[in-house]
Amino acid sequence: MTVYVKGVVFEGVDFDDPNSWKLDAYVKRGGYAALKKIIENKITQDEIIAEMKASSLRGRGGAGFPTGLKWSFMPRSFPGQKYLVCNTDEGEPGTFKDLDIMVNNPHALIEGMIIGGYAMGITVGYNYIHGEVFEAYERFEEALEEARAAGFLGDKILGSDFCFQLHGHHGYGAYICGEETALLESLEGKKGQPRFKPPFPASYGLYGKPTTINNTETFASVPYIIREGGQKFLELGKPNNGGTKLFSVSGHVNRPGNYEVPLGLPFSELLEMCGGMRDGKKLKAVIPGGSSAPVLPADIMMQCTMDYDSIAKAGSMLGSGAVIVMDESVCMVKALERLSYFYHEESCGQCTPCREGTGWLYRVVHRIEHGLGRPEDLDLLLSVGGNIAGRTICALGDAAVMPVQGMLKHFRAEFEHHIQHKSCLVPGF
Amino acid sequence: MSANNLLTPESLAQIDRELAKYPADQRRSAIMGALRIAQTEKRHLTNELIEYVADYVRIPPVAAYEVASFYNMYDMKPVGKYKLTVCTNLPCALSGGYQAADYLKQKLGIDIGETTADGKFTLKEGECMGACGYAPVMLVNNHTMCNHMTPEALDKKLAELE
Repeated sequence: MTVYVKGVVFEGVDFDDPNSWKLDAYVKRGGYAALKKIIENKITQDEIIAEMKASSLRGRGGAGFPTGLKWSFMPRSFPGQKYLVCNTDEGEPGTFKDLDIMVNNPHALIEGMIIGGYAMGITVGYNYIHGEVFEAYERFEEALEEARAAGFLGDKILGSDFCFQLHGHHGYGAYICGEETALLESLEGKKGQPRFKPPFPASYGLYGKPTTINNTETFASVPYIIREGGQKFLELGKPNNGGTKLFSVSGHVNRPGNYEVPLGLPFSELLEMCGGMRDGKKLKAVIPGGSSAPVLPADIMMQCTMDYDSIAKAGSMLGSGAVIVMDESVCMVKALERLSYFYHEESCGQCTPCREGTGWLYRVVHRIEHGLGRPEDLDLLLSVGGNIAGRTICALGDAAVMPVQGMLKHFRAEFEHHIQHKSCLVPGF
Repeated sequence: MSANNLLTPESLAQIDRELAKYPADQRRSAIMGALRIAQTEKRHLTNELIEYVADYVRIPPVAAYEVASFYNMYDMKPVGKYKLTVCTNLPCALSGGYQAADYLKQKLGIDIGETTADGKFTLKEGECMGACGYAPVMLVNNHTMCNHMTPEALDKKLAELE
């Protein structure tokens, strides 16, 4: 289910109309007007980047890096080929917003990428799409054909000298490829193992060429910013947290789904929009930004607003905007066991601390869950975590550790109960 | 060199379309798509097929094998006519992911990783498919996402798969 409340990605989309994703419908609701405006008014690259900076749009993939600033890093005068890449490898447990964008409004992403290409002097782009969503990949390929046929994409766009080619690249099942340098390796036809940074992709990216990588939702927000102005976008949210955002709400709510709302919305209101807690149960905890984000207990979460700064202040992160809601029936040991298994399964194996450490984390949480925990296990978990975090090439190591730290910070008593009594405090799922 | 005609002209044309997406000197980029297309036709990737696809893309067989063995949607062992992958990651688990997996195990009489005796169904446990709002989700033959897989919905879906 997708619910549009107020925002820039799904404005005007009719979710009940199976043709609403198509080019005609997109153009009718103002689509490609931003691109036309740029071409007709000969808006300069600097002006576009200034508008992006004014919008205060922050990367919607998880890291929250300011998009305008990232675009300004691109060496526009670099004489050789440069690349633009969209990261639609949406595999962070809890996140399913990019899938909805691809299915319901693919042209917003395509227009955003074309504008990005124009602003950074890039003529070739790729959209790397999560393996498990083949139907979204097919939809994207269809939308590309429409955009090419209409003259929005390809050679001499809208009669100008600007050319931009865009292609879809379908992944085939690897969480790690959501990490931008692993994604580049994968796009080059290799195992998705992250690269050392620096050099950063802006200087050494796809095929060793300068490359800018943004998330799907980030690109899909660009047409609005160019059409309506960065300031207007900023005002939709709050300072330093510009605009609106898609929140993927899953777990124990009555109406799970994607909700596009202004940044800064109180969590309590978001929960209400989702129809409240399923079966009228009590809220226990929320993972506010995808599985890697530290869990927050209900009382802290109910005080938060949904934006980067508020969630960070509460000790977690907004990440990709994936909100996993858990009610009082959830055993936190079991929840962590499942997440730890995931990170162990998905570690690419390149760095020893992550490859071995995620196995340790899983096995220790597993034995606690199964009544074989030892009193020293909680310190052991933190010690293993400390030997992973910050000691790996990419952020997956940290991503595996943060859920453990969050759980032990807020629900340590539940873990201790497991170790002492060999059983759950609650029934579990 | 591998034998000719391991794949149909239609599959080869699809691989050609993948190759056309990348610079002429970066044919390797098409290996993921090429292996997917080969697997879709043949259901699983044998060493012979991987070698054939590698030759077609003009990369060393080991480079193709490396990709086939790294990404978890490639099947390097035979699978049933329908591969059912059920997500049991946390968001799905909160909405019945384990119940869906257990129901399938019981109904098909097989465990995770097994194939029914008639070769019709293979059951797998999957990691996050990026559709948590539609939990529990199941993927059929890698490419068809099925939402809200309650026992009733599973019964209906299985009846459709002939």
